[in-house]
Amino acid sequence: MYKKIDVGRKILSANEEYALKNSRFFAEHKQLCLNMISSPGSGKTTILTKTITELKGKIKIGVIEGDIQTDLDTQRIRATNAPAIQIETQGACHLSAAQVGTALEKLPIEKLDLIFIENVGNLVCPAAFELGETGKVAVLSVAEGDDKPAKYPAIFAKAKAMLINKIDLLKVPGLVDFDIEKAKADARKLNRDIKIFPVSAKTGEGFADWCRWLVESVSNLRQ
Amino acid sequence: MHETIVAQSMLEAIITEAEKINAKPICAKITCGTLNAVNDDSLCFAFEAIAKGTICGGMKLQIEHKPMQGRCRNCSEVFDVDILNLRCRKCGGDDFELLPDEPLTLQTIEFETE
Repeated sequence: MYKKIDVGRKILSANEEYALKNSRFFAEHKQLCLNMISSPGSGKTTILTKTITELKGKIKIGVIEGDIQTDLDTQRIRATNAPAIQIETQGACHLSAAQVGTALEKLPIEKLDLIFIENVGNLVCPAAFELGETGKVAVLSVAEGDDKPAKYPAIFAKAKAMLINKIDLLKVPGLVDFDIEKAKADARKLNRDIKIFPVSAKTGEGFADWCRWLVESVSNLRQ
Repeated sequence: MHETIVAQSMLEAIITEAEKINAKPICAKITCGTLNAVNDDSLCFAFEAIAKGTICGGMKLQIEHKPMQGRCRNCSEVFDVDILNLRCRKCGGDDFELLPDEPLTLQTIEFETE
């Protein structure tokens, strides 16, 4: 004899409950929280240290750093005097909402305007785990190729903003074949409203627009 | 890459249901959207490994993938999105809204009863 039952239950509901708790916390504190997702080596940490330095005196930034091993990135953030909390995932390919919830308790929230979560370097898995953030930011560097929005649609479809990093490399003829207009168009086909910022965290090019968007996003939320 | 976590959550959910009716589960059906990035082989392998020695040992999994869906902003058609041809299948327009991806869901469980 067989019996079939309907369950209709979300498999990752445990993570979603924690994500909901985090998102309520951000709403109550009118706190902007951006979850930064990219491949390893796209320049997330360099973008963050540059952003913190550029916005010094304008908005106060805290960082939750996810890494598979080591706290090297956290040390780089702390060198800018911004508070940073380390989450070592010990092999896990993404951050979970529960880990972010625990890290939030250690950040001086009342002194911050913006929290960045630097997710584990991975374009696939972090996009599938909601953390309760107010928005996702995808980072793509020109050395990775302009086909990434088409090949990894999940993150580009869900992101509020996309940074195209290392654009200084495009100025050297023949160095990288990256069609910036193709990358932008592919991302916009999936996500018409995505904000796109071509930047170089090394030279600072494009940071004025990116930083202006961050300041505006904080003030829109606080109104 | 995160199939082990998915398998663990599924195992816990199935064991809960099995204990409620005191029966041995033999098959479960799950559905998931394209953007969940779940690989069938990895999920079945992970599930088989962690189910061993539990009431779920030897269970079969059926995984149904749901395509990404879009709604055309021109003609309102809801269609399956082809990532290599991002156009409305009815009017051919390329201005569409991507609909929320189907969450990973445990749909049904089949049990063996006496």
